[in-house]
Amino acid sequence: MGKTLFEKVWEAHKVQDLANGQTQLLIGTHLVHEVTSPQAFAMLRERGLKVRYPHRTFATVDHIIPTDQRERPFADQLADDMIEELGKNCKEFGVTYFDVASGKQGIVHTVGPEQGITQPGTTIACGDSHTSTHGAFGAIAFGIGTSQVRDVLATQTMAIGKLKVRRINVNGQLSAGVYAKDVILHIIRILGVNGGTGYAYEYAGNTFDNFSMEERMTVCNMSIEGGARVGYVNPDETTFAYLKGRPYSPKGVPWDQAVEQWQSFASDADAKYDDVVNINAADIEPTVTWGINPSQGIAINENIPAVADGANEADQASIAEALEYMQFEGGEAIKGKKINVAFIGSCTNGRYSDFVEVAEYIKGHKVAEGVRAIAVPGSQVVGRILHEKGIDQIFRDAGFDWRDAGCSMCLAMNPDKLVGDELCASSSNRNFKGRQGSPTGRTLLMSPLMVAAAAVKGEVSDAREVFQPESLIL
Amino acid sequence: MDKITQVKGRCVPAPGNDIDTDRIIPARFMKCVTFDGLGEYFFYDVRFDKEGNKTDHALNDKKFEGATILLSGNNFGCGSSREHAPQSIYRYGIRAVVAEGYAEIFFGNSTTLGMPCVTANKEDIASIREIIEDDPSAELLIDIHVLQLSIKDQTFPCEMRDSAREALTSGRWDPLGSLIESEKQVATVAQKLPYMSI
Repeated sequence: MGKTLFEKVWEAHKVQDLANGQTQLLIGTHLVHEVTSPQAFAMLRERGLKVRYPHRTFATVDHIIPTDQRERPFADQLADDMIEELGKNCKEFGVTYFDVASGKQGIVHTVGPEQGITQPGTTIACGDSHTSTHGAFGAIAFGIGTSQVRDVLATQTMAIGKLKVRRINVNGQLSAGVYAKDVILHIIRILGVNGGTGYAYEYAGNTFDNFSMEERMTVCNMSIEGGARVGYVNPDETTFAYLKGRPYSPKGVPWDQAVEQWQSFASDADAKYDDVVNINAADIEPTVTWGINPSQGIAINENIPAVADGANEADQASIAEALEYMQFEGGEAIKGKKINVAFIGSCTNGRYSDFVEVAEYIKGHKVAEGVRAIAVPGSQVVGRILHEKGIDQIFRDAGFDWRDAGCSMCLAMNPDKLVGDELCASSSNRNFKGRQGSPTGRTLLMSPLMVAAAAVKGEVSDAREVFQPESLIL
Repeated sequence: MDKITQVKGRCVPAPGNDIDTDRIIPARFMKCVTFDGLGEYFFYDVRFDKEGNKTDHALNDKKFEGATILLSGNNFGCGSSREHAPQSIYRYGIRAVVAEGYAEIFFGNSTTLGMPCVTANKEDIASIREIIEDDPSAELLIDIHVLQLSIKDQTFPCEMRDSAREALTSGRWDPLGSLIESEKQVATVAQKLPYMSI
């Protein structure tokens, strides 16, 4: 009987079975940021412990860093204190720190892959639920809490129960104007926000085979939004081509050996899965969320559900709660809803290809009057390359506010926030109540191109109609 | 560590499904380098309106004041991995949660804090809620050993993942102690993984 990548990586990293039935799992790569680590480092200090493998621990600052004013001290004293604390901790414990001065700072899930730190067949942990992003490389990557950050710092291991594996096959050609973001929003709509509880999601099928690494990252990133702890794509030539020549990638003979080992971790053709779901790529439309969790999404030309559309009492209650918060009526179109803010960025869609794709279409267009549009690259490296190619200027010319790298208004722990009950077209990953910094702010999740279309029209729009280039016309 | 086999206390309802960690503690309150004081921000945007006035949420209801067990719906604690969420609940004074289901990371974070999260079915949670609405002084006993909820003269079954139940009842809910003992085994596993040496 063949094995899945998940089982192979799990076995290769298993230290021992624990008394409670969990496994002590070696974590090869530990990524650290400023929000969930200070308490963990403090606990280490209290107990007189060291970081067990400091050379396998990498830190950067992303959640709270301002994206406009970058000189210290920041206007927000608390933010400044937290960054100070991270710098101090990295120095004291010997951890590599990609700070702003390094030119490599950015969202932790953007930095890991682009530095070549994220590799196939490895285990990765980070005190952030979107660590699932790294699964795009065939790594098993867990989002963890601060006590587990402490455990990984102190022992390079953590206690965790084994997951089941659900294979999600998506096959076929995506329609023009349909992106990786639409694929994952569609999957979460079908399987639900807690459909993945207890599972690792293995994304397979020729749609994923044909995806770039950046597209795979977008899908794996939002595995957590479907309740799955991890999501992954088996490593292939696309993976190896992306990693070749990156700063932390193996070089020379070790590179060839690494590729051979990485290939061996891929799921066997006869691997057994706990569940299999098949999706036809042609069924996926540009998708927009209308509610307060990421499963509340509809195709751009569908109407917002009414309470009566709920399959059961709990669904109906969720729809009613979402409609009330979003100030929408059941049965009305999502298309045409006036937006106040447009945000392109975050660990889901703040990568190089996201901006390049949008730039191709927004040339010659202007952000609608009254819309606050901001574009925030996921890392300084992404920002620098886009600048060299003149892409930042295309965004500026269109009326976007072009910023420096950070999480920005995805979760708004920095000055980028919604105000009042503003409606935001967002390329980020969560539409929870109050997520973007205002307790009454409203978020619509969609692909970056759909955000651009909404920005240009001032209302939720079908990018295929707004931009109308040959390639987008159905 | 203490063995946690039972939690007894008065309950407060926090109804709804898919209550995410952003709702349990909004991100803007995570700008801190210690968890001290997070109790103040537990369910902040649920407990206070835009003007900072108390809402009519059960958590603000005098009759539930001092409750130590939270009753909620399905998929409680979904979203972010922030341990700030269970920390804020615990520091607010809650010592256990009864819900229809939990998001995984939240569940694990809570267990590590020694705050049991048990699962019960929707109807039983509704029955307990009726009892406490009627008599908020009624105490719920969560017995983790036998997986039973008792309040007044009624009992209901509850569930908890074996690993968490074992960890709590044996007093090994903070795993650091046992993880730290196996340094040599860790080094052996690491040696077999080429990338660990880079």
